[in-house]
Amino acid sequence: MSRAIERIDGTTARRRALRAIGAAVVCAFAGRIHAEPETRSWDAISSAARGQTVYWNAWAGDERTNAFIAWVGDEVKKRHGVTVRQVNLKDTAEAVTRVVAEKTAGRDSGGSVDLIWINGPNFLAMKEKGLLHGPFTQALPNYRLVDTTSKRSNVVDFTVPVDGLESPWRLAQLVYVYDSARHRPDTMPRTANALLEWARAHPGRLTHPTVRNFLGATFLKQALAELAPSAEVLQGPATDTNFAAVTAPLWSWYERLRPLLWRDGREFPESGPAQRQLLNDGDIDVLISFNPAEAATSIANKLLPPTVRTFGMTRGTIGNTSFVAIPYNAAHKEGAMVVANFLLDPVAQARQQDPAVLGNATVLDMAKLNDAEQRLFAPNAGVAGLPAPGELGPVLLEPHASWMTRISAEWEKRYSH
Amino acid sequence: MPVAAGLVGTALPAFGVLPAIGGRTLSLDAWRALFEQPGVLTSIRLSLQVGVLATVLSLAVAVAFCALLAERAALRRLSAWIAPMLATPHVAVAVGFAFLIAPSGWLVRLLSPEVTGWERPPAGLVTLRDHAGFAMVAGLLLKEVPYLALMTLAALNQVPHRALRMTTAALGYRDATAWIKAVLPLVYPQLRLPIFAVLAFSVSTVEVALILAPGNPPPLAVLAARWFADYDLQRYFPAAAAALLQLLIVVALLGAWLVGERAVAWLGTAWCERGGRGGAAEVIVRVGAGLGVATFAAGVAALVLMLLWSFADSWRFPAAWPDRLSVDNWMVQGPRVTGVVANTASLAFCTALAALLLSIACLESESRRDHPPTRRAMWLAYAPLLVPQIAFLYGFQVVLVQLAVDGRWLAVAWSHFVFVLPYVFLSLADPWRALDVRYPRSAAALGAPPWQTLVRVRMPMLARPIGVAFAIGFAVSVGQYLPTLFAGAGRIATLTTEAVTLSAGADRRILGVYTFLQAALPLLVYLAAIVAPALAFRHRRGMA
Repeated sequence: MSRAIERIDGTTARRRALRAIGAAVVCAFAGRIHAEPETRSWDAISSAARGQTVYWNAWAGDERTNAFIAWVGDEVKKRHGVTVRQVNLKDTAEAVTRVVAEKTAGRDSGGSVDLIWINGPNFLAMKEKGLLHGPFTQALPNYRLVDTTSKRSNVVDFTVPVDGLESPWRLAQLVYVYDSARHRPDTMPRTANALLEWARAHPGRLTHPTVRNFLGATFLKQALAELAPSAEVLQGPATDTNFAAVTAPLWSWYERLRPLLWRDGREFPESGPAQRQLLNDGDIDVLISFNPAEAATSIANKLLPPTVRTFGMTRGTIGNTSFVAIPYNAAHKEGAMVVANFLLDPVAQARQQDPAVLGNATVLDMAKLNDAEQRLFAPNAGVAGLPAPGELGPVLLEPHASWMTRISAEWEKRYSH
Repeated sequence: MPVAAGLVGTALPAFGVLPAIGGRTLSLDAWRALFEQPGVLTSIRLSLQVGVLATVLSLAVAVAFCALLAERAALRRLSAWIAPMLATPHVAVAVGFAFLIAPSGWLVRLLSPEVTGWERPPAGLVTLRDHAGFAMVAGLLLKEVPYLALMTLAALNQVPHRALRMTTAALGYRDATAWIKAVLPLVYPQLRLPIFAVLAFSVSTVEVALILAPGNPPPLAVLAARWFADYDLQRYFPAAAAALLQLLIVVALLGAWLVGERAVAWLGTAWCERGGRGGAAEVIVRVGAGLGVATFAAGVAALVLMLLWSFADSWRFPAAWPDRLSVDNWMVQGPRVTGVVANTASLAFCTALAALLLSIACLESESRRDHPPTRRAMWLAYAPLLVPQIAFLYGFQVVLVQLAVDGRWLAVAWSHFVFVLPYVFLSLADPWRALDVRYPRSAAALGAPPWQTLVRVRMPMLARPIGVAFAIGFAVSVGQYLPTLFAGAGRIATLTTEAVTLSAGADRRILGVYTFLQAALPLLVYLAAIVAPALAFRHRRGMA
């Protein structure tokens, strides 16, 4: 390091760059920042929050979610005097990058990221590096309404304990969407092997988002959940010793499937919405989504033909929870907590469960709500494309995050040339 | 200077130094990780292929176009039509072009099902994001051909092309052949820098590649951008290495181009000495010029299609036109887009204005002291256009964070200014220097102090070039993607960052709103720059 510095001399801008790196050295040697539990009362937090502007870093590829975030902003402004600005991300990891860049430069307070929509590997990375504020969820009044017993993904994020470092806001379950005008419902596949047969009968009409994308990795994890020798092994970390054996059936299945995919399995849509556009254009026949109301909301927004419908797998599909987390150096932690708390408000939860808005299931425990609150969730009868309760099959737990990381890496090694 | 600081900040992690995530010793691990990445060689090959092909083809088409039309009266009117294409950001053109050529895109829809018999897009047809990168090359041509053509026309003013043409005509050469044999060698030295800018951009662009290039594996610059944004923080090191490799590739390509120039010059000399008066060459030139017209038409179509999408209600294959038009998208997006438009316009206006004032100050001091800038100064001015953005923007971001200005409007403005200044300066320099020195001298002889000569003689006489320089600066700022992303910490959204985010598959109707605005904003400023001086000086012959 010192040799690298000595060779450089001169101008102000150069010296500035070096000062940045110098400060980073100090910061790194000062040791890891330890998480401190939030101990202030809710009154103290919410009065400190008034007037703050919360920069909510959220993946912005889905217009409906963006519109919901805008609505949340309007509501917390009205109710708590907190302004929300959505920072549009193409990838959640951009926000992690930003926090790291700030830590590099030694900015341990007054950071630019206040709230992140996060889960899975990004959460694991930030938790491991000590980049998160909290535990804080115990300070949120609405957190007591959260279902922490039967909806396990609210407290275990990809098998990693949440430990109060992120607050849940919506549930997701993997579903498959197809156009019933092209295919009869009973011809759609309900197992991994049936999916392979279906692809053989319709070459070029099935795809999945690239495996670097979260949803694309889930396509493989879903098949793994069905094809792996045992389900328990997926709840523990993937290791050098067990990975090859456990995933062997997956790769042999995918080896046969891939040449039958759209564009011969050499190119993939970059994201879930890119896949939706391909279905709308008629390039492909099936898409996968983490939103059981995907078909219904896409019909309502004219993003897909009115004839699209949903199906699931007989043995169930993977489900997980979306969270929000607060970086350790956030400038507006109080405002961020007010937003996290409002996301758990029955009013907000009922709105996001409405298929006309987002259609994601609530993270709350209905039994903990009073009658008036429960009525907010009354089912919206007669929405086209909405799957009937129980039609999707059971919810399967996410495998440990290390499986996703290794599967993505292995996939890239095998198929990205 | 920001370029230099940024390069240092990127180079250190490339050799393993980034203390915040545990890199404290110099090592080559980053490079090892980079070359162990599956498909990295394909990525490098793809970048090279796209960059070289796009540069050679756009130069060839631009030259053919100028060769055929340079001596015709219609040309001046024509160049006024090409110029707006320059003002349109790459992203807007690329997004519209993607819809034009996709298997389910407009060209196929136009012919389906009547001609093709396709009721739905055929499963095996690949026209977009192809692994050879042809779609990306074509998309780049849409912007680079007009750029190089206009640069050629501008350079023509400095060579005695009319006299040359009369001489060659007397010797029996046909028009286009004569132009290539006699005029092009004189014009070429002035084209070298613009060509290099095209080459550097084509090899290293991230935003166009995200829309038109394959993603599995992607071009090298996209790979670097992807790693910079990875949740696995250890990926920073190979990301920095990839960014640095991108710089080396550009430098190597520029060197190779200079060598290639020699070879072409040698072959060209032999060709000229053979003394052919034109036959096959005329045909080739006509084909090239036809391609030029085609790229222009495709560019216009791309923009019109996105405008159409913004008013579409639903528009499914194989319909060539939307089923129904509505203003719903604009009504819904309107309130949300105003803040973005305000950001975009204020950044573009202020950076273009600052760049303009600084350029005028430089040029004025140059003409007062009467010494033209050295070649080295010219290269320095062009440096930000030749160094790949991805290679220094991460380091630049660290500097901004350290100064606690990242995510502020000012930081983004500064990062835009770095790219706006060279374009503004270069577009203003030639007309400024070409102004007959007798005008300012007469003013001085009449007793006007230097600043009055500047404000009352030089600037009014150069009103139109000054306006155009401003409009170019404005357009350059509007088009910036990576600088906005890195310096703005994602907080400062512009039409370009929004359009790129949305282009990852979101609703085309919304994308239509953003790309149309993105194209319209610079166009309006460009029109104003042309019309305003014409109106102001409508009573002054020769100035309007």
